[in-house]
Amino acid sequence: MTSLSSLSRAMLLGFLRDKTALFFTVLFPLMFLMIFGVIFQGSSAPKTEILQVGAVEILDSLPAEAKGIIQVTKSTDLNKGLEDVRKGDVDALIRQENNQIVLHYSQADQVRAGTVRSIVDSFVQRANLAGQPGRFQLRPEQVEDKSLKAIQFFTPGILGWAIATGATFGAAMTLVSWRQKKILRRLRLSPVRTTTIVSARVGVSIGVALLQTALFLGVATLPFFGLQLASSWWASIFLIIAGTLAFLAVGLVAGAVSKTPEGASGIANLLVLPMAFLGGTFFPLDDAPGWMQAVANFLPLSHLTEGMQDVMVRGLGVTSILPELGILLGFSVVVSLLAVKLFTWDDV
Amino acid sequence: MGKAIVVQDLKKRYGDVQAVDGVSFEVESGEFFGILGPNGAGKTTTLEILEGLRQADSGSAEIFGLSPWPRNPRLLPRIGVQLQASAFFERLTAREQIRTFASLYGVSPAKADEMLEVVGLADKANTPAEKLSGGQAQRLSIAIALAHGPELVFLDEPTAALDPQARRNLWDLLREINAAGRTVVLTTHYMDEAESLCDRVAVMDHGKILKLGSPAVLVRGLDSPTHISVELGVISLAAAKELAGPGDEVAEDGISLTIATRKPAVILSELAERGALAGLQVRGATLEDVFLDLTGREYRA
Ligand SMILES: Nc1ncnc2c1ncn2[C@@H]1O[C@H](COP(=O)(O)OP(=O)(O)OP(=O)(O)O)[C@@H](O)[C@H]1O
Ligand SMILES: [Mg+2]
Repeated sequence: MTSLSSLSRAMLLGFLRDKTALFFTVLFPLMFLMIFGVIFQGSSAPKTEILQVGAVEILDSLPAEAKGIIQVTKSTDLNKGLEDVRKGDVDALIRQENNQIVLHYSQADQVRAGTVRSIVDSFVQRANLAGQPGRFQLRPEQVEDKSLKAIQFFTPGILGWAIATGATFGAAMTLVSWRQKKILRRLRLSPVRTTTIVSARVGVSIGVALLQTALFLGVATLPFFGLQLASSWWASIFLIIAGTLAFLAVGLVAGAVSKTPEGASGIANLLVLPMAFLGGTFFPLDDAPGWMQAVANFLPLSHLTEGMQDVMVRGLGVTSILPELGILLGFSVVVSLLAVKLFTWDDV
Repeated sequence: MGKAIVVQDLKKRYGDVQAVDGVSFEVESGEFFGILGPNGAGKTTTLEILEGLRQADSGSAEIFGLSPWPRNPRLLPRIGVQLQASAFFERLTAREQIRTFASLYGVSPAKADEMLEVVGLADKANTPAEKLSGGQAQRLSIAIALAHGPELVFLDEPTAALDPQARRNLWDLLREINAAGRTVVLTTHYMDEAESLCDRVAVMDHGKILKLGSPAVLVRGLDSPTHISVELGVISLAAAKELAGPGDEVAEDGISLTIATRKPAVILSELAERGALAGLQVRGATLEDVFLDLTGREYRA
């Protein structure tokens, strides 16, 4: 075995045999996901809510029995209405352009989208049958959606948090306990290169992160939770790797400045937990005050979460990850340099 | 043969403790060298500077003509180190430990397992390092230091936690590797260990080398009395005092009666004649005495 593979193996075995670490980096976040998934499972509106902007003939002549399945609200502000659709406050916005019935809907919740389309479609057909055949045409338009069904929203968020926790704690704990237990000192006596030690840590952390991802997606896509992955979800793997690097660097700094594992875990928590709250892990930031969104912009976890949401559930293309990827990598480089500055082999 | 170690006027200070205070010595290739001294003498600090773990404040240290500081990857494969405090990976078994360390030197797992056997830990191969006894951990640490066949071995109190059997076994092992041409530097508190193993010893205290030479010469050069003890009551204090020569000391401590004498042969034959040999113990000069002689105070190991 090479130095790299044997050190990686030693780290991985140390991690896998540490039941507490295993629990907190893998099972704990997974539990969160499942709890949230169960709590918010039924969070789709029972009645289909449609926002009507301007006059729409087919709605104005809606039969009484239709009133039971849809609820129509009238509005004059198209832009605000479209924003409501994006956020998921209403299921769709309907308006009329000459003979075209334009239906703006969000694809975030595919079940709701399907329901609202088929309902409106049936109204159009009915109007056509009742009056002049082929008079009205339905023109469905998908809005770029911001609203996400609970599981769609939580999976990338909690996964991001799990990865951040795993990488930060992995790096901080290795560094501190290896320093405290004099293992670093012992390694320093061997001809192993520092880059090999670091690479082993990076490799193991990325491995753990990918394992977390597989587990999360495996659980979340179970029919019970119903996560639906968008087509370019795989691009999130790049984000996950970049995110792992960023949080490894954070962990190395936490590990470099603390003398004991307890201290390191405290600092790591202090860095990651607020990020989870401010960075959109547990609730969407769309309605958060401006200052919070501004703070979130500086946090690597927000970018990891945001990027993963874009490709995993919002259906954006692969290239959409580039800005977030760049930010995460840039963050990693800067913080790693700081970690290198603070690094010590020995605590005496 | 060349010099394995050359140390000149080495100094190292921690805060207001002058841990190493102007140490100079040389170790020949193939030599077995010992550093003796009480707790806090500066033995570990001296070794750590030689191993490249610490930077000296001043003075110079060379290993095979190379400086160990800053960390010198060309030197590292040639030396093997057993640290005073053992260091192992967390939650790995004895076998996994030695194999991991061995691989860092490009040593095969088979060779690593062999070393485990040599130090008598084959039956503990699957035990996590955390669960090894103090002496077993010490032996594992020594095995790790030796696995890559280093030319120069540093052992910091290798026998400190060992039972008498393991201690003898380790002595044999160390003699063997020394006989195979490897240089060994060890620290110890035990004169018998130094006497039995070392070609030369340096006696250290307060960061200074007080004396340097072969152990036999150190002890022989010492004009210290031999302590002869017998059971209390086999001879009266008065009779013992009569027996003792001028300058000899007689003392009782509630268990035995001790005569400190420079003519042990005379006293012993007198005691034998009187049939007063019950519980006889004869103790020659030891490190304690060398130390007492050098510093004028008790050895406080
Ligand atoms: N890291 C450190 N920081 C501060 N002081 C230290 C440090 N290491 C050692 N010392 C001090 O330096 C002196 C020499 O210590 P050293 O460990 O070299 O002694 P030693 O001869 O190995 O003792 P022992 O037989 O107990 O192992 C001691 O007074 C010790 O308190
Ligand atoms: Mg010591």
